[in-house]
Amino acid sequence: MSLRRPAKDQPESFEFNASSLEAANVIVAKYPKGKQQSAVMSLLYIAQKQNNNWIPLSAMKYIAKFLDMPYIKVYEVATFYSMYNLAPVGKYFVQVCTTTPCMIRGANQLVEACKEKISKNECELSNDKSCSWMEVECLGACVNAPMMQINDDYYEDLDKQKTLDILDKILNRETIKPGSYRGRVNNEPENNRKTLMDLKNA
Amino acid sequence: MLKDQDRIFQNLYNDKGSDVSSSQERGDWVNTKEITDKGRDWIINEIKESQLRGRGGAGFPTGLKWSFAPKEVGSRPHYLVINGDESEPGTCKDRDILRFEPHKLIEGCLIASYAVQAHVCYIYIRGEYFVDGQKLQAAIDEAYEKKLLGKNAAGTGWDLDIYIHYGAGAYICGEETALLESLEGKKGQPRLKPPFPALIGLYGCPTIINNVETIAVVPTILRRGAKWFASLGREKNTGTKIFCISGNVNSPCNVEEEMSIPLKELIEVHAGGVIGGWENLQAVIPGGSSMPLIPKERCETLKMDFDACVEEKSGLGTAGIVVINKDQDIIKCMARIARFYKHESCGQCTPCREGSGWMWRMLERMAKGDATKDEVDMLGDVTNQIAGHTICAFGEGSSWPVQGLLRHFKKEIEKRNNLDPIVQKKNNIPYLVDQHLLDKKNA
Repeated sequence: MSLRRPAKDQPESFEFNASSLEAANVIVAKYPKGKQQSAVMSLLYIAQKQNNNWIPLSAMKYIAKFLDMPYIKVYEVATFYSMYNLAPVGKYFVQVCTTTPCMIRGANQLVEACKEKISKNECELSNDKSCSWMEVECLGACVNAPMMQINDDYYEDLDKQKTLDILDKILNRETIKPGSYRGRVNNEPENNRKTLMDLKNA
Repeated sequence: MLKDQDRIFQNLYNDKGSDVSSSQERGDWVNTKEITDKGRDWIINEIKESQLRGRGGAGFPTGLKWSFAPKEVGSRPHYLVINGDESEPGTCKDRDILRFEPHKLIEGCLIASYAVQAHVCYIYIRGEYFVDGQKLQAAIDEAYEKKLLGKNAAGTGWDLDIYIHYGAGAYICGEETALLESLEGKKGQPRLKPPFPALIGLYGCPTIINNVETIAVVPTILRRGAKWFASLGREKNTGTKIFCISGNVNSPCNVEEEMSIPLKELIEVHAGGVIGGWENLQAVIPGGSSMPLIPKERCETLKMDFDACVEEKSGLGTAGIVVINKDQDIIKCMARIARFYKHESCGQCTPCREGSGWMWRMLERMAKGDATKDEVDMLGDVTNQIAGHTICAFGEGSSWPVQGLLRHFKKEIEKRNNLDPIVQKKNNIPYLVDQHLLDKKNA
């Protein structure tokens, strides 16, 4: 289990804005009547998106009321799942996968790059407060190892230099392109494709 | 090597695009009505005869699972749930299906829903695959537009709604009952079985849960016939499978191949060989991190299917192959996997919650050479205290890789960790209970 604690400084109140409210109502409609509790995970997500990538306790209380469920049940869910940030993170939230398949392809170099460019320790904001990083468990892109996730997008086939370049770009607010950074297409074997050749050449 | 026309996932590398019209060119949605017109029993029988086994790791026969659903719908509705919470280290096959072959999955959902009489299908996708989930959502929206979903889906006379539910980064939600808990808006902690989900599942209703890949191959099996599918591979291990080859190989990739393909062929032909040559191979994890590793000498002849891997005291699992060469420290690799399990344990059962951390801490010390001789056996004891003593299979999943390490690399560990178990002053070992006896202040 991982230890997860809510931040010390909490905002007083939280409310969905108009677009979040609309999205929340769409999600609640997915589930059978009376089973609106199922929507709690997605609603926490929406709250996290709205509130600069983290979930304050007031948002949990708001969602509990919204779904007509006990606050503690929302708190349980928010503290159980690791993708809910309970404390402020950067606008650019970098997650480096360091599980074995990435590790044996040099994920530690990505961690070094983050330490150099963002902050010395995990979950610390960078100097300009825009960016933070952390090590995470397997992100499910093992054949593209080593890789990292920045907000919603995957950046694959990296090494130290490429990671430094990407981090430079986000710190300078430039747009970056997700996907493989070795120029390969999706998950095909690089320069070694032996299957479905007709389709490739078609 | 499997012939190209026998590959089910023609768009695995996204050469053609994943929208409805290009999927129809590949044969999806062509005669869905003809298939469902043959009836539930025919569909379930055909899947049974194809000997399709679940692709999510456990390898349970799919046709048999479907036949567990009640024959008549009672007062409670039936549900179909698709497990796309792919989090097993080494595995990344479902992601490619979600983003490049979504219509195979959606059509499979329709046929499976018809077979088990469900009108609602939830697809549970891990939260990290948000972008890929959006692509699937776009495909679902397109299917609704073309009347392939909704009322009278694809002209079959069956009503079906598909909804996506995102997870939020919990490996344990790949376990089917934990997935249901999560879908109900609770912590993802597994339920006791029985009752099995086929009778009491989501919201207490009959629920069939299948992996993404399992459902996505169903339409093709029914089109081309169970005989064709069963002719690939070998008895009880039939069909094709997407293998994910990662780790120390020259070109890591996903590739669809026939079951029972030799491991060596997969690595040498498709993945461009081991970095440093075959001789530089140390061990292979054949089916995602929870399966015990297999050392090089056994890899020479290993065939990749469920039963052959079990004979090697390992398992095919999800077919996420992690190749580890001799440049890597095998104990460190396993310590990192132990750390993964320590992080992902849901905390419900004590042996797993405490044991997974215990194994990790011991392995970290063993990687550094800080453990005593007798601790090597103690580590084996710890794994035996976890496996089989937990509600779900996570206990096995976390202890098997450690047992595999002990089975094949015990000498390596013992060579590195030869400290005498008796407390010695020069070895400052803080975890020993009577360490305080050495501390002058306390003496």
